[in-house]
Amino acid sequence: MNSPLDGLPPDLVRGLTSPRLSRRRALQIGGLSALGLSLAACGIPAAPGSKLGLHAAREQITKFWMQHAKNTGQLNFENWPLYIDVGKGNDHPSLDLFTKQTGIKVKYDEGIQDDDSYFGKIQPVLAAGQSIGWDIIVITNGIYLDRLVNLDYLIPLDQNAMPNFYANASPLVLDPSFDRGNVYTMAWQSGMTGIAYNPKYIDREITSWEDLQDPAFRGKIGMFADIEDTPNSALCAIGVNPETSTEADWRKAADWLKKQRPLVRKYYQQDYVAPLSKGDLWISLAWSGDIFQANASGSNLKFVVPKEGAPLWTDNMCIPVHAQHPRDAMTYMDWVYQPKIATLLAEYINYITPVPATQPLIMADAKAAKSKDDKEFYTQLAESPLIFPSKADYSKLHRYRVLDSAEEQVWDSLFEPIYQS
Amino acid sequence: MTWSRLRAKLAPYWLVLPAWLWLVIFFVVPTLVMLSVSTMTGNLLDGFKQTWHWSTYSHGWSLYHVQFVRSIVYGLIATALCLVIAYPVAYWIAFRGGRHKSSLLFLLLLPFFVSFVIRTQSWGFILSDHGLALNWARDLHVLGLLKDVHLVSSSGSILQTPVAVVGGLVYNFLPFTVLPIYVALERVDPALLEASSDLYANKASAFSKVVLPLSMPGVFAAVLLTFVPVASDYVNATILGGTKTTMIGNIIQTEYFTNSDYPTAAALSFILMAALLIGVFAYARALGTEDVLEMAAR
Repeated sequence: MNSPLDGLPPDLVRGLTSPRLSRRRALQIGGLSALGLSLAACGIPAAPGSKLGLHAAREQITKFWMQHAKNTGQLNFENWPLYIDVGKGNDHPSLDLFTKQTGIKVKYDEGIQDDDSYFGKIQPVLAAGQSIGWDIIVITNGIYLDRLVNLDYLIPLDQNAMPNFYANASPLVLDPSFDRGNVYTMAWQSGMTGIAYNPKYIDREITSWEDLQDPAFRGKIGMFADIEDTPNSALCAIGVNPETSTEADWRKAADWLKKQRPLVRKYYQQDYVAPLSKGDLWISLAWSGDIFQANASGSNLKFVVPKEGAPLWTDNMCIPVHAQHPRDAMTYMDWVYQPKIATLLAEYINYITPVPATQPLIMADAKAAKSKDDKEFYTQLAESPLIFPSKADYSKLHRYRVLDSAEEQVWDSLFEPIYQS
Repeated sequence: MTWSRLRAKLAPYWLVLPAWLWLVIFFVVPTLVMLSVSTMTGNLLDGFKQTWHWSTYSHGWSLYHVQFVRSIVYGLIATALCLVIAYPVAYWIAFRGGRHKSSLLFLLLLPFFVSFVIRTQSWGFILSDHGLALNWARDLHVLGLLKDVHLVSSSGSILQTPVAVVGGLVYNFLPFTVLPIYVALERVDPALLEASSDLYANKASAFSKVVLPLSMPGVFAAVLLTFVPVASDYVNATILGGTKTTMIGNIIQTEYFTNSDYPTAAALSFILMAALLIGVFAYARALGTEDVLEMAAR
């Protein structure tokens, strides 16, 4: 593969290259906005298709980045809550450092609660051909990232402006299966979906997904209201690798979840950690970093990667169409791939860092730490299999199933009713 | 001469024009658009096309009738509880409030100055398994009793049960019940009470024959203002509910925002709207008036 765009259908790379839609076009694809949709037109149009050839598309992308060759001095970054370093004055030291080094001011916001509702929020705006006001958004690999790509809502990255990324990115996030050639995304952090439990209420060791079906935990089991983690975990539970699973496997996984349903207390969005610490939940589906963070702030929870295997996901930085400061976004996305900066982030976020070179740096911080608490924390961090999984761990971790749009309908109709009703 | 007479005749119409425009632009047009969307087929990627596919309605109903019925039942229970709590409160403020009336009303509205979501979330803290409510129940040794009357589930929790959701609904919508009843009671002339006692009515019959009938328009408005938003609420079920308390509002919300299945969301909204309208008119009939609007506005 010479260029990351080789082998991509042209309509995937189109559209992103034309920074502004005409007003008329914007009105035509005005989505559901009540008055934009004339009843006579009778329909909500599809994403505009492309007539551009691959070569022309590639040229357009190059031209786009040439037009945006210089930083503007402003960057609007929207991320998930508690997903960046926080300093003493509730500021973000890494962002301050970025501003100091590059002169780019950053507006940082934690407005992304989950992929599905966030997609629902930005989709009508992007469909209307308007800017959502953010230059970087962070989206998990899976259905919603695929949708953003297929709808032409992401700007292809400037491959010439990613030296730190190509030098330091871990194999986990370099050329990943969900975005071959890193055309649209660079990883922010990755994590595992496994089981967390509160040893105060459960005094045996939890090792298997089957433990989430133990009738002894009736009413104290938490699951996710989520179209990726819950189904993919269930696939792992029935001993299937989600990546290569078939429709028959999905049905079995759905049955597994239906059997579990009467025992489940609630299908949670993001709010499972507090109930788990308080004792409303004894055991729950969980994300690795959440549990590490909760323990670092005083809880005593356990996280396990079940022996049958578990889903591995990656949250990705990407640039939505009509972003006002795309060059500043590129600058920032590559900037965080310097090992020192990545360390700053990893020491706070506690998920799987995309830069493996951070491990020795965290160890060095542990050595240099003055207080015993800090020393312990950094050592724990550098040695934690949740943050630097071993080779053996990786063999148990699986990516989500990639779905085409016909498969997606089957998948949705099997799994959505379980947690939605 | 004729010109100015014509102008005088037209003047009222000019004056209501803004209201009409408002209604047409922000209600009639969106409703028609929604009706049109509900009969489309397609998906987000390929777009939605008008196909007059009415079976979305029957499909939606067959998938989600449980949540529909649940919403109506929760709505009825919550409205009934609201009435039982609100009437004495409104009565007391109207007849016994004296010069403190406005401060009392202000106290009633005070919680509304805190965000809806925060208030509901706070109930989550209070009702959690090791929260205030259940700790008190344990201290007072009434947990077994509460379990027997099904206020607490057999696994010992309130949160994520129907009790929590209906309780949240009652709490959040209570002022909508109190205020209209208060307004109706406030208008009752205390001299009427004196008159009824002059006519040998005891307190009970003065209430049932004079005060209660006079307050019925307020009760009617209160039921409307409470039941309609309660039946379509989704915040309480999201925050306080569990796996068996999903309401139709939650379904519509996820269909629209998460699944981007606009036709189903629109169809479900229409079914809900129709059910509520039919319910309201049937209720008005049962109460003996044919003119709902007049009754509510009185």
